[in-house]
Amino acid sequence: MIEFQLDTASGIATYLQLVQQVRQALQLGILEPGDQLPTAQQVVAKLAINPNTVLKAYRDLEREGLVRPRPGQGTFIVGTLPRSDPAVQERFLASMTAWLRKAHAAGLGPDDIEAIYRTAVRNSFAEGAA
Amino acid sequence: MTAVIETNDLGKQYGRKWALRDCTLSIPEGKVVGLVGPNGAGKTTLLSLAVGLLTPTRGSITVLAGRPGDGPAQLEKVGFVAQDTPAYAGLSVGKHLLMGAYLNANWDQELAKCRIDQLGLDLRQKAGSLSGGQRAQLALTMAIAKQPELLLLDEPLASLDPLARREFLQGLMEIVAEHEVSVVLSSHLIADLERVCDYLVLLVASHIQLAGEISALLATHHRLSGPRRDSRSLPSSQEVIEQSHTGKQSTFLVRTDQPILDPVWTVRPVTLDELVLAYMGQAHNPSPGRRSALGVVS
Repeated sequence: MIEFQLDTASGIATYLQLVQQVRQALQLGILEPGDQLPTAQQVVAKLAINPNTVLKAYRDLEREGLVRPRPGQGTFIVGTLPRSDPAVQERFLASMTAWLRKAHAAGLGPDDIEAIYRTAVRNSFAEGAA
Repeated sequence: MTAVIETNDLGKQYGRKWALRDCTLSIPEGKVVGLVGPNGAGKTTLLSLAVGLLTPTRGSITVLAGRPGDGPAQLEKVGFVAQDTPAYAGLSVGKHLLMGAYLNANWDQELAKCRIDQLGLDLRQKAGSLSGGQRAQLALTMAIAKQPELLLLDEPLASLDPLARREFLQGLMEIVAEHEVSVVLSSHLIADLERVCDYLVLLVASHIQLAGEISALLATHHRLSGPRRDSRSLPSSQEVIEQSHTGKQSTFLVRTDQPILDPVWTVRPVTLDELVLAYMGQAHNPSPGRRSALGVVS
């Protein structure tokens, strides 16, 4: 069974952190169809968060078709997420590292690079959404 | 949705001083409500009015569709843990449960025993020798074993160390998950409540400064920063809660239901902490009219 962690300093809404952790566990193969998620009681007993937050996260996952509640039993994984190919990750990590070296050589500091990265992410994902 | 607490122009006066004034609220059921405000803001007064320990000087308050403190049936429906989570120092934990069973028609002894077991408390131990955290847990057990529909907790965390706070909130959230109970808990620190609450009531200087569903509050408030601008240049749909200016830059915290379209602004979401501080600041710098003219110029 998955154990949730919270990063209170992240600024990401608590329910989203729970959703992301289930998605990540699916992508990494830690969770598979048939696996049970902890009950709202179990999550709140550990994290001291509002049970509605857990239920909201589970509803979101259900809407995505990843989990399904079974009355009286709990919430179970029913969907899968494509695992990203390790070779592909490796390739992009290499090209990103090369890019960073070039940027550094051109005199850009970590803050400049972070700003460029954020702008690029915002621009490309905003286009994708539009 | 039905309201668990509904107040209309509620006020309470002590001598010439108003402890609570112009209080109009409607708290929906099934929420965990954070009642937040500085010391002396009126939090205890509002909770005491909801239990029926105080009667209003003006206006009205309805709790679970009844008048607070109005007969045994009304008292059964409300669980209350007063400030500093009091217990009878000379009575053992077991005697506390016995007393609860005698005094409450719907007392669930099984539930009470089970919680005491989980907490690792000895039924023979005198309440006076419990730690602050254990006493708080005993008070919470007493309040929940009577199976109320509404649980009111006045600063339950104030005197607890960080570990005991966490354990108390864990216990409280387990209760919320297992029983259909609405909760109002007060604190002067929003950080204590941020994880557990889904509804906020902010009291400052005897007045309600802000009230609402936390997700909605966070969705309708934004921090804008950009080149220096006068607040009057903002569209009328954006209410300025807080502003600060430097020689070249302006920062605003605005409340609006509309998207922010002006490309000149960098828009950032606000945290609950920032929101509470901004509204507290607004209360201390009241200004007439819709737009607040406070702000720090540095």
